[in-house]
Amino acid sequence: MAGGGYPEWIGLDNYTRLLEDDNFWASFRNIIFLIVAMAVVPTLIGLVLAAVLFDYVAKAIGPRTASALRSGFYLPQVLPVAVTGIVWGWILNPSFGALNAILTSAQLDGLAKNWLGDPAYALYSVMVVMIWFQVGYPVVMFMSGLQRVDPELYEAASIDGAGWWRRFTRIAVHQIKPEIYVVLVTTTIAALKIFGQIYVLTRGGPGNATLVPSYFAYQNFFEKAQVGYGSAIATVLALIIVVLSVVFLRIQARDERRDLA
Amino acid sequence: MTSRALRPAVLATLTVLVLLVLSPFALVAVNAVKSPDEYATDGPLSLPDSLYLKGIADFWIRVDFGEKLFNSFVIAFSVAVLAVVVSVLNAYALGIGRVRGRSAFLVFFLLANLLPQEALVYPLYYLSKEVGLYNTQLAIVIIFTAIQSAFGTYLLSSVFATFPREMLEAAAIDGAGKVRTLWRVVVPISWPSLSVLFTFFFIWTWNEFFLPLVFLISNDKQTVPVALGVLQGDRLMDATTTSASALLGILPAILFFLIFQRTLSRGVMSGAIK
Repeated sequence: MAGGGYPEWIGLDNYTRLLEDDNFWASFRNIIFLIVAMAVVPTLIGLVLAAVLFDYVAKAIGPRTASALRSGFYLPQVLPVAVTGIVWGWILNPSFGALNAILTSAQLDGLAKNWLGDPAYALYSVMVVMIWFQVGYPVVMFMSGLQRVDPELYEAASIDGAGWWRRFTRIAVHQIKPEIYVVLVTTTIAALKIFGQIYVLTRGGPGNATLVPSYFAYQNFFEKAQVGYGSAIATVLALIIVVLSVVFLRIQARDERRDLA
Repeated sequence: MTSRALRPAVLATLTVLVLLVLSPFALVAVNAVKSPDEYATDGPLSLPDSLYLKGIADFWIRVDFGEKLFNSFVIAFSVAVLAVVVSVLNAYALGIGRVRGRSAFLVFFLLANLLPQEALVYPLYYLSKEVGLYNTQLAIVIIFTAIQSAFGTYLLSSVFATFPREMLEAAAIDGAGKVRTLWRVVVPISWPSLSVLFTFFFIWTWNEFFLPLVFLISNDKQTVPVALGVLQGDRLMDATTTSASALLGILPAILFFLIFQRTLSRGVMSGAIK
């Protein structure tokens, strides 16, 4: 079915159809949630963890402990995305999964849910999986960035009476801005492109509760043989990613110039 | 809080967090070696009474896992080697050779990096069918060599742009041509960067799912992630078989991580990525 029959020029019909398609809007609403889970939350958690590991654990307890903990947080990142889906698909399975079994054995049967099969919980379950998967990346990036921070800046701030939190927000976060930009851009783009975990965990379901653009495009290309419509979805996704990257690069460049000035 | 009370509190919190992150790995490892009967009676949290390896062995045979490992290795290794070679040649022209239209080329490679595979998949699918490469591993090798070397070209060009000019001039004075300079001067000096790129390319290609899923239809051509991924939801996949399959997917990834960790820390330290 290569080509999917005879192509026919239909102008922008596929794009107007997109705008009226609930599934299209659902897939982009879900992406907003996944950007929160893959970019925003891991960046925030990563900042705190990196600062605590670098600034406190490495100094007060020892650099070996700090780097062992860092490796622990990073481990999920080395897995193929499909394998993370398999691990969590089993843990969250309603009939034989580990999570419900744990809840039942702790006498918390009421909390046991059909985590991926119930539209009320499916997206949140996927979000938790993605936070677990992503959090190690910002931790590693930010810890390496923090090595650049001049210790004298810290000492000067301490002498001026700045507490740990103030030093962290005023000095550390400011100094590792390049890393924060890189992490935010790359994780946001990764969220926009997410496919493997969705394919393995939920196939976009139940209904369209976890549908994402890449899976939506894949469905139209290879399951429904609606090549034109699939291409329209893929084109919109590609445009969003390119525009977003250009905007991020601009903001970053402007910020660097301001810092130099 | 005094600093003496703070220390155990911080350490305890971090330890709990790390254990939480690692708990799925532990669950998989424990239940992959548990018999289905024992899982049914004791649940996922108990340690297995005895090491039950039949689940893993059965699954290995059922999916012909050795074949899948071999497929993944051949694809990831070929892509890593070819993509490093292509990146070096491109970056030699762009970063050191300073060909005309250099920045336009770099923008082009940057854009190629940004394009999602979702936008490439159908054209590639159509083209590969037209030229008879659909459902071959060669198609995947060609596609990922192009995708990875777009990134490699972009990165290496900026590394090569800061390459010490004196060394190039010295080589020219000694009568070395462009090919000889590349092979005898540029490649050896930038070896740490190249080994980092090789490592990235290998792991990224190994982990790829979307395009291999579309292009490798026959079971005997599939890679590890694809073979494991398409089995999910299969009615034969019970709790212990699923964790056995997850363990088989996790082990190679952790192995590569341990092997390559040293390359990565050494390579980055010696100024691979500036």
